[in-house]
Amino acid sequence: MSRLISPVLMLAVFACAPAEAPAPPAPETTGGSAAGDLGPPQGEPIHAVLTHAPEVPPPTGRSAPAKVIVELEVEEKVMPISEGVDYTFWTFGGEVPGSFIRIRQGDTVEFHLQNHPDSKMPHNIDLHAVTGPGGGAASSFTAPGHESQFTFKALNEGLYVYHCATAPVGMHIANGMYGLILVEPPEGLPPVDREYYVMQGDFYTVGKYREKGLQPFDMQKAIEENATYVLFNGSEGALVGDNAITAEVGETVRLYVGNGGPNLVSSFHVIGEIFDKVYYEGGTRFQENVQTTLIPAGGAAMVEFYVEAPGTYILVDHSIFRAFNKGALGMMKVEGDDALDIYSGKEVDSVYLADKVEPSAPIGEATAAAAKGALTKAQQVEAGGILFKGTCSTCHQDSGAGVKGVFPPLAGSDYLMADKARAIGVVINGLNGPVTVNGEEYNSVMPPMSQLNDDEVANILTYVRNSWGNEGDAVSAEEVAKVRATSERPAGAAH
Amino acid sequence: MFPWWAGIAWGGTLVAVPGGTYEPLYPPDPDRPVVEVASFRLDDAPVTASEFADFVAAHPKWRRDAVSPLFADAGYLSTPLGGDQPVTRVSWFAARAYCTSQGKRLPTEDEWEFAARASETSIDASHDPERLALLLGWYGQPASAELAPVRAGDPNVYGVHDMHGLVWEWVEDFNNTLFGTDGREGGDDETLRFCGAGTLSATDVSDYARFMRVAFRSSLKGSYTTPSLGFRCAADAEEVR
Repeated sequence: MSRLISPVLMLAVFACAPAEAPAPPAPETTGGSAAGDLGPPQGEPIHAVLTHAPEVPPPTGRSAPAKVIVELEVEEKVMPISEGVDYTFWTFGGEVPGSFIRIRQGDTVEFHLQNHPDSKMPHNIDLHAVTGPGGGAASSFTAPGHESQFTFKALNEGLYVYHCATAPVGMHIANGMYGLILVEPPEGLPPVDREYYVMQGDFYTVGKYREKGLQPFDMQKAIEENATYVLFNGSEGALVGDNAITAEVGETVRLYVGNGGPNLVSSFHVIGEIFDKVYYEGGTRFQENVQTTLIPAGGAAMVEFYVEAPGTYILVDHSIFRAFNKGALGMMKVEGDDALDIYSGKEVDSVYLADKVEPSAPIGEATAAAAKGALTKAQQVEAGGILFKGTCSTCHQDSGAGVKGVFPPLAGSDYLMADKARAIGVVINGLNGPVTVNGEEYNSVMPPMSQLNDDEVANILTYVRNSWGNEGDAVSAEEVAKVRATSERPAGAAH
Repeated sequence: MFPWWAGIAWGGTLVAVPGGTYEPLYPPDPDRPVVEVASFRLDDAPVTASEFADFVAAHPKWRRDAVSPLFADAGYLSTPLGGDQPVTRVSWFAARAYCTSQGKRLPTEDEWEFAARASETSIDASHDPERLALLLGWYGQPASAELAPVRAGDPNVYGVHDMHGLVWEWVEDFNNTLFGTDGREGGDDETLRFCGAGTLSATDVSDYARFMRVAFRSSLKGSYTTPSLGFRCAADAEEVR
């Protein structure tokens, strides 16, 4: 409203032209760290509540500085980074990102860093919320099976990244050693209905994206900043399907979003929402009405939005290939009554949703069965169906009916069923140019599905050749391999 | 129970490592990045758990229940002793005592790193990217996995096994490089002197495996023990007769 300057006011200003318009008042400052010492800690020491993402500890609710004891354990452990893909993560608190720490400005933090005896590496912690050389790093350098202690006073409010700073620091961060510490302003943050913890990181594996098995760290890719995965909360799937964060229509949601890096900056965006407020860079001021906010590596932001319409909202790094091809997406499911006056209801985000919604255990089972030579057609159909939803249904539709005149149907398709090897070739190499399917000509482009391995192609094709009324035999990985071996692929393509 | 040669080969066989020059990650004198390493001898394998058990039996003051807490932390020998796996959970003091009992000593950091550059075919494979990736693969694994026996793989060109991929190893001057943090503050004289740290003063910033060894060593104190830290012994070169 205030931006609509009335003609009357314009006239008034014009009439008073010789007088300068008053300068806007200088924004109040917090006084920074010089004003951040709120005196000695009061009362009994408090043990900080630590949470794993996406949970956030409750507000401190305190009106005086306290001594807060934080105990954080470093653990090196193998965990899934994607479906069927494991990675050796180095963690603060057993998860990636590390445990969320919430304190109040002026608090004195007694920090205990414990390095699990089974760790192979020494570790330390540099908290960006610390005022002092190294941010705690040198004081917390800890051998396996030992514990270090140091104390700091949190002088600046804000949302801060912490990370391991042991050489080679990039590798420690690339393995997941980062998290967030929130220093509440003395009066606390304005209350909201939901708070969540989301942290982005980039990962570098020897195997390509979604290549199965335990994948080692690839130093060269890390140096070249050529990420294999870009993830929210440390694994593909950490924030999708049953793990999606939730809200209800009419609630205000606050996300504490960090970016551990080590290399990439995030163009953080929620598809279908506009951030009502962004406390950019995790600082004190907020910007309003923001579509996408930039979060530097080693930085953070608080974003807030009120949700009006039910449905699924997709969190992405809007450097969008990362979302589509490297895993940088999450989901927020909003329940409540339709608000058709605000939004008609058709979701635009099914492309991103697709392979995230379904449980993917059958894929792993099929892979395991194939390895043992005991794979059944039923297993292939089940696994293939899930992969189909993730990879193919965007164009060919869940029903296999395609889109008339644009994407050819698979259900009842003469073109599909007539030639198995040709179908394999289409999946592997894509299809470009006119084809006639069930008497109708289609002339569009299907990209080569280079990301799929032989097992996956076999399972998908077994599914489509045995769904929606199609009846065909199973497609084996060997058949796929044979076609792949005889296919000319452009240089540089996967496989 | 004991093989006939147990008394002879007790504690590993020394093999000759001809001397040469190499570049430490953190040269003691920035103007002289190359260090001379004199010829020396090095055990062909890490000391095994059963070898260390024999030592403890002969020197009861190094038993878990007898050792002074000054010389070994609470985790000392907390893994059962026995077998051909490398002994771990040993302190620097205990490792040193073991070597001394055999008329040997711990290798220096320079000696260890000099010998560790060798591959099966070359005395210096430290710039081979594939080998580097292999080493990082081991460094990336958690220490909880069960250890393989010593000498399971091929020896390097000197005939030395298991310099990489099995356990970290104590060296005599493990705290030579005080490496407090990621080395970002390297640069001023005092820091260089006291931390010796920093990518600014490192000779090869791409050798992550060496960074990690240096970082690991510098996190230790002489009494510390970990489940992935063992040792082997060394000796000066034999007199030329």
